[in-house]
Amino acid sequence: MTEMSQTVTAPTDAAARKARQDARLRKRHAAERRFRALGIASIIIALTFLGLLFTTIIGKGYTAFMQSHLTLEVYFDPAEIDPAGTRDPQALATANYIALARQSLQDLFPEATSRNDRRQMNALLSVGADLELRRMVEANPEIIGTTQRVVLPASADVDMVVKGHIGRDAVEGGRVSQQQLDWIAHLEAQDMLALQFNTRFFTAGDSREPELAGIKGAVMGSFYAMLVTVALSFPLGVATAIYLEEFAPKNRWTDLIEVNINNLAAVPSIVFGLLGLAVFLQFFNLPRSAPLVGGLVLTLMSLPTIIIASRAALKAVPPSIRQAATGLGASKLQVVLHHVLPLAMPGILTGTIIALAQALGETAPLLMIGMVAFVVDIPGGPFDPATALPVQIFLWADAPERAFVERTSAAIIVLLGFLAVMNIVAIILRKKFERRW
Amino acid sequence: MIRKSLAVAALATLAFTATAEARDQIRIVGSSTVYPFSTAVAEQFGRGSNFKTPVVESTGSGGGLKLFCAGVGVQHPDITNSSRRIKKSEVEQCAENGVAEVVELKIGFDGIVLASSKKGQPMDLSREQVFLALAKQVPVDGKLVDNPYRNWSDVDPSLPNERIEVLGPPPTSGTRDAFVELVMEEACNQFPEIAALKDNSAAHKAACATIREDGAYIEAGENDNLIVQKLDANPKAVGIFGYSFLDQNADKLQGARMNGVEPTFENIADASYPVSRAMYIYIKKAHVDTVPGIREFIAEFTNERAWGPEGYLADKGLIPLPDDERKQAAEQAATLAPLMM
Repeated sequence: MTEMSQTVTAPTDAAARKARQDARLRKRHAAERRFRALGIASIIIALTFLGLLFTTIIGKGYTAFMQSHLTLEVYFDPAEIDPAGTRDPQALATANYIALARQSLQDLFPEATSRNDRRQMNALLSVGADLELRRMVEANPEIIGTTQRVVLPASADVDMVVKGHIGRDAVEGGRVSQQQLDWIAHLEAQDMLALQFNTRFFTAGDSREPELAGIKGAVMGSFYAMLVTVALSFPLGVATAIYLEEFAPKNRWTDLIEVNINNLAAVPSIVFGLLGLAVFLQFFNLPRSAPLVGGLVLTLMSLPTIIIASRAALKAVPPSIRQAATGLGASKLQVVLHHVLPLAMPGILTGTIIALAQALGETAPLLMIGMVAFVVDIPGGPFDPATALPVQIFLWADAPERAFVERTSAAIIVLLGFLAVMNIVAIILRKKFERRW
Repeated sequence: MIRKSLAVAALATLAFTATAEARDQIRIVGSSTVYPFSTAVAEQFGRGSNFKTPVVESTGSGGGLKLFCAGVGVQHPDITNSSRRIKKSEVEQCAENGVAEVVELKIGFDGIVLASSKKGQPMDLSREQVFLALAKQVPVDGKLVDNPYRNWSDVDPSLPNERIEVLGPPPTSGTRDAFVELVMEEACNQFPEIAALKDNSAAHKAACATIREDGAYIEAGENDNLIVQKLDANPKAVGIFGYSFLDQNADKLQGARMNGVEPTFENIADASYPVSRAMYIYIKKAHVDTVPGIREFIAEFTNERAWGPEGYLADKGLIPLPDDERKQAAEQAATLAPLMM
């Protein structure tokens, strides 16, 4: 009232008040603009770092998907492979195949005869070239005695020169000598040395030779571990969530359980590894390095996330659904299984996929149970020794050979690809099936 | 639900039977320094024989010996890698758990090098200079004081007038232990002020083995590749790592001379380069006849084409033992003569 009388009695006051209001408004708008600018700035910073991450990893890693190969005319010398002429599989398996490839390389450069020259020339070819030749002979023994055009992997040092990671000028004490560089230039000029798609990277297990190393062993290890994790953590997590949300009485005990589950979600993952070591390896005597144990440990790790996400999804189903079902005579179990759970499923699945994506990228808990290991053979089941994809990245990052740098980044690209696919699936599920009430 | 729990139970039973039967694959644990060599032999062994490729875990020397000494049986490893000799206490621990006979095989040497980028000045250091540059406390005018040296030229006028900036491994690393033992502890007794502390052993050890924490020594993490990359980016910095990383990056890095000797393959092999350590593998004799392939694995390791001067391990950066010692070690390992301490 007093205010109004003031306005009436003093029109100049009104103008001043308007000015004050305008100033306040401007201030509020400015604050809002500042807040928006800060928000945009933080998004830009986050995106810049993400872009930086992607460009460095992809920039370093894309070259690993190609690999230098030598195309050679190899004479399958019967005297070397099968001197007895019996085609005995044992003899064929143990023949000195690398000598055949080396011979054909030496035929190209007959001027290199000294022992040191030969050694340097042999170093152009991967030590895994023999496997390729052996497979060819075992698949078709007819080729013994003939000359075939064969594509063989070049050694990692040659690969690094071709890709430009090692300079074309020889360095005193360097990995590649001037003579080797001359040979490489000559072979390239003859189209006998060229980059080809690196199929071995996707089909081979780990190796100490970068040109032979692949991620299949690690991918299979991760796959089996994830299989165990899904099979255990999904039913356990959903059952726990349903019981706690729909059936359990609300008392001090369930509160305690809830607090503990929330705490478990924040426990550092290495702790689950220690638990796995003590329980699964030392008490249950399960095998070391097995994806089964990895999966069990990751189950423990992802359970809290799944339970929390599932409870949130169940809570989001409106009570009217439950009341309607109960009103039509459904039992409590029928209400949950026939009505609430199907409606909550998209949310539950989203939470599960995100928990699994997190578990897929985990290294620390696997350290304690022996999955940080050099495993060449590709695991055939959850009991075979195996590593996992992030562990493979960790091991390659530590390798002294320079060619492992690009392979490390390439393995990261593959892992990021898997994670992106999982997250996209989670988003699609949510978009497609989620219902808003 | 019942079917599911049955499946879980079946899975668990399967697990028990899987471990109960004999293992047909060699299990190796231990040092991350020996890992590159052990894995190379394991791969070659798996490729060239009918045995499965051994599984090699990288657990660190101490962790490996702990697992190795935990007992006899398929759930325990057969071989452990170590970048130092087994300790008496560990042998006793082994014996206590039933691992009475352990076969020792010295496989070669690993040099620890100080290296910098080829873009920078070559360094010529002595162990005493390295100690003065990196120790937490150094003797000045007869007293131990906090390290006052900022630049290399403060340590010795013959060294470049550049800030001391050394990238090295953290205390958890075996390379750091070896560096402290072979450089710092060797050098510190050359100073009368520290040698005088000898009777008071804790103070003596602290003076010798403590590395400065004022930023001149930068702990660069366990990953030696990272140190190599940082050296390439910063020509004034010096890095500490194993010889194999210098070997693999010889086009980018130069090794610092130590006491006038360059860290080359030949100089480490004939022990004229002072900072090198021996590497070992330990074999559990009780497993030799239960796990197939251990004898053959040792034979592969001690084959000249593996650990010889021209073998594939030398290609990976292993410095081989001298010829006669190698021959003797191979023979001894073939007979599986147990270690006596």
